[in-house]
Amino acid sequence: MRVLKYLLQKEFRQIFRDPSILRIIFMIPTLQLIIIPMAADYEVRNINLAVADHDHSVYTQQMIQKIKSSGYFKLVNYSSTFQEAVTSIEADKADIVLEIPAKFEQNIVREDHASLFLAVNAVNGMKANLGAAYLQNIIQNYNNQIRTKWVQFPPIPPQTNINVSVSNWFNPMMSYKYFMVPAVLATLLTLLGTFLTALNIVREKEIGTIEQINVTPIKKYHFILGKLIPFWILGLVVLTIGFLIMRFGYQIHPVGNMLIVYLFASLYLLSILGLGLLISTYADTQQQAMLISFFLLMIFIMLGGLFTPIDSMPAWVQKLTWLNPVSYFIDVVRMVVLKGSGLSDIKNHIFVIIGFAIFLNSWAVWNYKKTS
Amino acid sequence: MKQFFAFIKKEFFHIWRDKRTLFILLGMPITQIIIFGFALTNEVKNSKMAILDLSKDASSKQLIQKMSIGKYFDATSVLYNYQEVEPIFKKGKIKMVLIIPQQFANDLQHGNQAHIQLICDGSDPNVANTLSTYATAIIKDFQSQLVKEQKLPYRIETDIRMLYNPELKGAYSFVPGVMALILMLTCAMMTSIAIVKEKEMGTMEIILVSPLKPFGVVIAKAIPYMLLSMVNVITILLLSVYVLDVPIRGNLILLLSEGLLFTITSLALGLLISSITDSQQVAMLISLMGLFLPTTVFSGYMFPIENMPIPLQVMSNMVPAKWFYFIVKTIMIKGLGFQYVWKETCILIGMTVVLFGLSIKNFKTRLS
Amino acid sequence: MNKENVIVVNGLTKSFGDFVAVDHISFEVSKGEIFGFLGANGAGKTTAMRMLCGLSTPTSGKAMVAGFDVFREAEKIKQNIGYMSQKFSLYEDLTIKENIQFYGGIYGLTKKQIQEKTDYLVAHLHLQNHQNSLVKSLPLGWKQKLAFSVAIVHDPAIVFLDEPTGGVDPVTRREFWELIYDASERGITVFVTTHYMDEAEYCHRVSIMVDGRIEALDTPKGLKKTYDSVSMDEVFLKLARKAVRGE
Repeated sequence: MRVLKYLLQKEFRQIFRDPSILRIIFMIPTLQLIIIPMAADYEVRNINLAVADHDHSVYTQQMIQKIKSSGYFKLVNYSSTFQEAVTSIEADKADIVLEIPAKFEQNIVREDHASLFLAVNAVNGMKANLGAAYLQNIIQNYNNQIRTKWVQFPPIPPQTNINVSVSNWFNPMMSYKYFMVPAVLATLLTLLGTFLTALNIVREKEIGTIEQINVTPIKKYHFILGKLIPFWILGLVVLTIGFLIMRFGYQIHPVGNMLIVYLFASLYLLSILGLGLLISTYADTQQQAMLISFFLLMIFIMLGGLFTPIDSMPAWVQKLTWLNPVSYFIDVVRMVVLKGSGLSDIKNHIFVIIGFAIFLNSWAVWNYKKTS
Repeated sequence: MKQFFAFIKKEFFHIWRDKRTLFILLGMPITQIIIFGFALTNEVKNSKMAILDLSKDASSKQLIQKMSIGKYFDATSVLYNYQEVEPIFKKGKIKMVLIIPQQFANDLQHGNQAHIQLICDGSDPNVANTLSTYATAIIKDFQSQLVKEQKLPYRIETDIRMLYNPELKGAYSFVPGVMALILMLTCAMMTSIAIVKEKEMGTMEIILVSPLKPFGVVIAKAIPYMLLSMVNVITILLLSVYVLDVPIRGNLILLLSEGLLFTITSLALGLLISSITDSQQVAMLISLMGLFLPTTVFSGYMFPIENMPIPLQVMSNMVPAKWFYFIVKTIMIKGLGFQYVWKETCILIGMTVVLFGLSIKNFKTRLS
Repeated sequence: MNKENVIVVNGLTKSFGDFVAVDHISFEVSKGEIFGFLGANGAGKTTAMRMLCGLSTPTSGKAMVAGFDVFREAEKIKQNIGYMSQKFSLYEDLTIKENIQFYGGIYGLTKKQIQEKTDYLVAHLHLQNHQNSLVKSLPLGWKQKLAFSVAIVHDPAIVFLDEPTGGVDPVTRREFWELIYDASERGITVFVTTHYMDEAEYCHRVSIMVDGRIEALDTPKGLKKTYDSVSMDEVFLKLARKAVRGE
């Protein structure tokens, strides 16, 4: 125990001696937590629309007006040729082209039907799909409007009407920030914890001080604990700063008990720091350690459900998420903060993360060789 | 010039000797582009749904059947009363609960309005909105099947064509985005480390007394990484075409040249980082932690830039990956030519020049 | 040698694949002795020393250090030895005092012992005005003297020094050797590798390694006599010429 005390004292001294590292440890997560969630908004709106109108009738004007007033679309180009409208898609100025054929109004009134043509920039499939659906919806509404004007009876018999009521729970404002802030915080904490520990042991290898340690009778687990604990405390400090930003900056009031998040975060940190230490015991240079951890973390984070839903991933990737500590953490933070889930809801997550922590740290202790 | 080449050769040997690093540098883009190409999609599908069917009649069964048949919903749980709704959301997996009230069939048949209640997990507003839109559409469809087929008067029909990506695959926007991300991060990190390492180990002085000008030294260090990155660009493109089925519709030479340009921009950023830091740790943390999320978020392949607050939209213009993503998307997916990307190309060139300028200035003041 | 032997080595061997770095070496070192371990670069000195320190497991042979077996009791050996490697390995971002405190703590010294040691070492090395400056700000010679003092902070039975005086001026080297004599007089056995031949003259006994084997082992006087040389330099050149291995 006394040995551990001296190890911790030394690590803390080294951490606080390098102000440039300290600045980075606190500044990068704070700044990014403030900026990134503001930018991360999936909601499909501000769709740029180009209209090629070959009709120029009252109906087309009414319809375009209706589209504009929906709030989803911005009219960026209004012309008489399809070619011009398509050019604006190519130049990325427009997302959707709406082509209104000649005699549009005349056809509706005299022939009972008219067609419109939509060309959608589908490079981003999601945006294309939703944008087209919104536009069709508005057109259908406009269609109903015309119809009720011309036809006396309602088009759909009342006896078959199904009334669908939709309610969204846990995020009444439907704000993206509620969803992104906790997860961005989780991601930043993961990056920080893994990078710092991954670089630490290997740095002692590179400058040669590890030889001097290895020739002392120090216990292997003391050494690993000496590395683990300082960064664990540092991680909890960063986590607290993050929660303060979340609470007072973004005004997100956690529904659930914050102590549960702290408990889980402290266990999670142990596992992610264990991963960093493990990488550090394998790497020969800081460069290698950084590359390996970057490689793993990028996969963990991208597949962890931060940006894209895990449910939409192929089955084999979803199986891999079982091995992804990041996905558990993002899950738990969102569950507790947004839904108010309790300990019993996340008990499986807790068991798994404890498993990770024990496994990764024991592996690190085992692989740290004092004797080659 | 001869010394310059000798120097480049030396740097190459350095990289070549560290097989582990080399292996990661070349292997990383391959694994990532494959995993991300298959896995990343912002499409919403296979969402887990719970069903609370209080009616349990032929019509409700039919509706449930219809809901679970498509690719959007997986009916995974069955509930028996309202009290179970909240707990099942808190367990985390269920994204939507479909509630069919008592006497659903009866209501439908005997002229009353029938009700359906959908409760979505709004934590992710995008998923919630999309699911309720899908579900409503399915229910409306179910309803119209009940109505006798009849041609309505005064119809406006819409004919939709999805350009460039008719199957709406996620990979079409993610491949260019991930490519920008990987190139940016690896290039910036490798160059910044390569130089800071010399400073840290104290070998920088030795190099500075060599007949090569300091800037020549710095360039010579960057060149091997540039070539390595070009190998990566080529592997990424090959994998996109042959494994992920993402086509290269435009001019390959143009695409590769733009790749080279972006690589140089990233290297220049790495140089700038190395000119302002003294330890490898700081350089690495800045180039990975500092760049990872901003590059992902501000390049526009994840989140639409036009949705961001104006100050952030302005900020996004400073992210080189944003311009590269636009260029790759335009050439590769849309198949358009240089006249559509010349402005963005000029911006990247401008950024590169500025980054180089800044790093030379920093190096000069620090070394003199 | 009738005195108590603290290092007993018998047929110790280390090979890396086909390459035999240390080839069946055998010798004894007695308590308080200054034992010089000479050899050209690549002769296997450092590898042999690392095995004795428990940093590297031997391929075969036997070795007892401070009464413990290098195969089974490496960690027990570590409690009883000090080690100073070729590469300077104190923490440069810690102060002199903090380094002493850290290593003292790791070896299990009490707070009081650490305080006493710190005062003694600082006074002994004339570092009173620098005890709170970072190690990286010290000149190389001072760093090495400090590294040696830290290596014996726990009064080990044996201290292993791997080319401790590389790159320092003759005056500092002289001072460094005074520290070594001090330690030896306090009963600490000193095991030192070097390639400065004048330093070899300071040792009680010297062994010369060539291509992983010990070619000669005797007092400096005895060696000069055997090889009919006027200086250790000449002895060394005569032996080292036999080497097949390059640098």
